[in-house]
Amino acid sequence: MNIIEVKDLSFAYNGEEVLKNISFGVKRGDFTGLLGPNGSGKTTLIKLVLGLLKAENGSVKLFGQDISRFKDWSKIGYLEQKATPPKLMPLTAFDVARLGLLSTKKMPRIFNAEDNRLTNEIMAQTKCLDYKDKLFSELSGGQQQRVLLARTLINKPSLIILDEPSTALDSSSRENLFEMISEINKGSDTAVLVITHDIADIGKYVNNFIILDKELIFCGDKREFCRSKKVTDYFGPYTPHLMDHLHSEDSCPFKESHEHH
Amino acid sequence: MNIIEFLSYAFVQKALIAGALIAVITAVLGVFLVLKRLSLIGDSLSHVALSGIALGLITNTSPVFMAIPVVMLSSLGIYKISASAKVHSDSALGIIAAAGISLGLILAALAGGFNVDLLSFLFGSILTVSTSELVLAFVLAVIILCLVYIFYNDLIAITFDQNFAKTAGVNTERMNIILVLISAAAVVIALKVVGIMLVSAMIIIPPTAALQLANTFKKALILAASFSVLGVILGIYSAFMLNMPSGAMIIAVDIIILMIAVMLRKYAFKKR
Repeated sequence: MNIIEVKDLSFAYNGEEVLKNISFGVKRGDFTGLLGPNGSGKTTLIKLVLGLLKAENGSVKLFGQDISRFKDWSKIGYLEQKATPPKLMPLTAFDVARLGLLSTKKMPRIFNAEDNRLTNEIMAQTKCLDYKDKLFSELSGGQQQRVLLARTLINKPSLIILDEPSTALDSSSRENLFEMISEINKGSDTAVLVITHDIADIGKYVNNFIILDKELIFCGDKREFCRSKKVTDYFGPYTPHLMDHLHSEDSCPFKESHEHH
Repeated sequence: MNIIEFLSYAFVQKALIAGALIAVITAVLGVFLVLKRLSLIGDSLSHVALSGIALGLITNTSPVFMAIPVVMLSSLGIYKISASAKVHSDSALGIIAAAGISLGLILAALAGGFNVDLLSFLFGSILTVSTSELVLAFVLAVIILCLVYIFYNDLIAITFDQNFAKTAGVNTERMNIILVLISAAAVVIALKVVGIMLVSAMIIIPPTAALQLANTFKKALILAASFSVLGVILGIYSAFMLNMPSGAMIIAVDIIILMIAVMLRKYAFKKR
């Protein structure tokens, strides 16, 4: 069973169609890269998947449930593209990371000592424990991103959705982030969906690709991706460069054919 | 007259208790509204309250109790217009404020112009607070503090990041509606303290002062409530001693507290 099931999804902003008839699925254990240029509708698609926007046509199911009735949010870990906390927000990095446990609590949703222990543990893993008592709004962009990653992972979600998670990070931090996500993915049946416009970030980790440019250009696994004519048609002369970033153990015929040319 | 003598008057005691309750209500709500950049909702709704008060005076019913449903309905209007994404929230606040004040002025004219009762709501008249208004302030304070306790982390989540809150299982629409409805009730009851002209200051200034100094949400709520209560007590006392309008003196004290908080942040807590 697909844990994300999207069928014939369309969406328009102010009459302009930004997504057209999108259908795809994500299974348990998948590590999927959602790629596309700026303005291709990647973030909009994710917001529709999570019910943050309402689709005009089509359907979205999460864990077999229609998104309008979906309640089991403790299964989801979502990291938004950009953190814009209110100015003067009196929350420490620790407070922000701990908020990720909210979906696991029943009313009144009050945190206890065990929640604090889990927060310290995940902050150590995401390497942000050193500044846990600092105000979140006073941290650098990269530090905030680590805290938000801790918030995303703290409830051990079955589905992790990361929207451009590496934008505020330097290259070694990017590498660490994706190594960590990859380990979580390999060590469990946790599905990961990462949005990026740069395949270099995720090429060696993902096993599935979705290419989006307002409509679905490609959806399939790495092997199919390497062999797909749609992919080479879409990326044109950039295809060899693209394939260089895949680090695929499988041979990529298109890469070879381009090299021969 | 010293402060002991001042406190011995029954009407002063009633005014201070009502004022302190209302100060706690507006300050606690204000922390969330200021952080969500919705603090001008107080200004907008206070203008709408003029319609409800004028309606109460025309129909010879309690202006405060008439204004509460009118302002609550308008707060839902603001929420719906803002959420529609067709109108910016600041425009929605402006439109509703303008509609409220124009309807209020028309109703006041129909009622034969401004009378003493209407003027007391324009500029506040805490020393004339009635027992029923005191009970209303108490009930409202209990409801608001209970809601903040029950939904504490949900409110923090929607204040911090609405999209995250939704994916953390918070019913964001319900929380926002609760927030605007209790803000509407708080605005109406606060009119008695500082009046239509200054009610938004009670929602904005003490929380803003608290947010300069607090490093946790709990501290922000406690500091905001403390500053607000201090403003009411010192404001009423100084108004009484100097024969000045109480609403204006309360806000003047609030502004002094804010200036001290800003300076403390700048010089004393610079490397917090």
